[in-house]
Amino acid sequence: MNSMRVEHHPVLGDLENQKEIKIYFDGQEYTAHEGDTIASALLASGIRTLRLHEDKATPRGIYCNIGHCFECRVRVNGKNTVRACLTPVENHMQIESGTPLSASFIKGGTL
Amino acid sequence: MIDLVVVGAGPAGLGAAIAAAEHGLQVCVVDEFVKPGGRLLGQLHEEPDGKWVNGIEEAQKLYSRAIELGVNILCGVSVYDLQKVDHGWCVYTTDEMIESKCLLLATGASETPIPIPGWTLPGVMSIGAAQVMGNVHRVKPGEKAIIIGVNVLSVAIARELQLCGVHVESILLPQPGILAGDAAQPEKMMESLLRLSHLAPSPLIRMGGKWVSPKLGARLFPKNGFKMWGIPIQLRKTALEIYGENQVEGVRIAEVSASGDVLPGTEKTVSADFVCIAGGLTPMSELASVAGCSFCYVPELGGHVPLHNEFMQTNLAGLYVAGNITGVESAKVARAQGKVAGLSVARVLKALTYGGNEKLHSAVEEVKETRKNALIQFQPGIEEARRELYGKFDETHKKTLISI
Repeated sequence: MNSMRVEHHPVLGDLENQKEIKIYFDGQEYTAHEGDTIASALLASGIRTLRLHEDKATPRGIYCNIGHCFECRVRVNGKNTVRACLTPVENHMQIESGTPLSASFIKGGTL
Repeated sequence: MIDLVVVGAGPAGLGAAIAAAEHGLQVCVVDEFVKPGGRLLGQLHEEPDGKWVNGIEEAQKLYSRAIELGVNILCGVSVYDLQKVDHGWCVYTTDEMIESKCLLLATGASETPIPIPGWTLPGVMSIGAAQVMGNVHRVKPGEKAIIIGVNVLSVAIARELQLCGVHVESILLPQPGILAGDAAQPEKMMESLLRLSHLAPSPLIRMGGKWVSPKLGARLFPKNGFKMWGIPIQLRKTALEIYGENQVEGVRIAEVSASGDVLPGTEKTVSADFVCIAGGLTPMSELASVAGCSFCYVPELGGHVPLHNEFMQTNLAGLYVAGNITGVESAKVARAQGKVAGLSVARVLKALTYGGNEKLHSAVEEVKETRKNALIQFQPGIEEARRELYGKFDETHKKTLISI
């Protein structure tokens, strides 16, 4: 599903010669364009929730899209706290959404 | 040790890199984003003569020129620390540590968030995020938008979203409260909007720009708003809350008086699949603060800015600033400031050839000229505020710096 792509633009022109690659988000396969960031590739496929908040488990997505706010942090190829909005996609990239921390990791939590 | 490290590959950073490299300096530009160009990349607007200004093309031109001059440009690299050393600076990046004789911070501005209830829901993003998503990544953030925050930036980007095929349902004010500040005041926002009047296709606002006082404008403002490019701008409506289960489903709104008070009994909900928050811009000065430079609070320039002079020198030897870190202004002003900074560095490193001082002074004049002709004035009183700031710099730091 690539319906969110701006294929045609009255001033910027048409999107042409886009090379497609495969990425995985929480195990599910998605098509991305080379040159996409993780955030833009997933949004183009209709994915908005990139993680659940560590403490409250509320859904979070991109906010600033230029690396300031860290709201879009995901796990990429095993590496934590990667900003989806600043990270270019690569073929077969494994992306995992953030999940709530277990009670023992939360301040005031018990083991 | 190279001559100059520039943090930020926007119009100011690239402008500086070009000016410095043209005088034989060895320059490295570092930027956190995946592509060079900074906020130029998202920009797309129609000049009064009907010509479109495409920021992506502008960025490409600057980038090509810099590469041609041998500038090293590192994208996708973040700077996280700076250290003053003998005769220069150590710049710690996520890639490597770079040592340089001079350092220019051209980090630009960041958006001020307005944290209204529901703002963390997926589908809520800053107005600049939506701009980059649509124009740079060519992905629509959603089908139907509500924009919270009426200012020059939000109105301009609303138009850009429309060109991407997004339906912009309306632009309205944030709920009054301490966090929204002036952004919730119809009169203040009318004042800000009037500075856009020469670009507006709406006769009401175009005429308004010439003769209506902001106060009167907000009073006379039709309750249902008026339209620019077919987008309703509703200075008399406010967003109380963004609602939705797992993502944005809509916004709860209410009518407000001319001074921004919510009118009881006027609440209703409007559906939308994404919401943009437009709280305005603030100079992004964290690295200047890490470097330890002096600051000044100048509301006309968007907040706290590093103390600097018109040659873009800060009070720390070898540390320069240019672009929106020195105050929120247009990309053209940023580029002109970058040129001044580049020449200023070349002057200090004795790379300016015969006639160099004249070059530097004419670059300073060019900044003033560009400012005067800017299409969009983000705040009134920029020129006066800058004069005052430079005066303050000269008073306190003249003796400690290499004179120009």
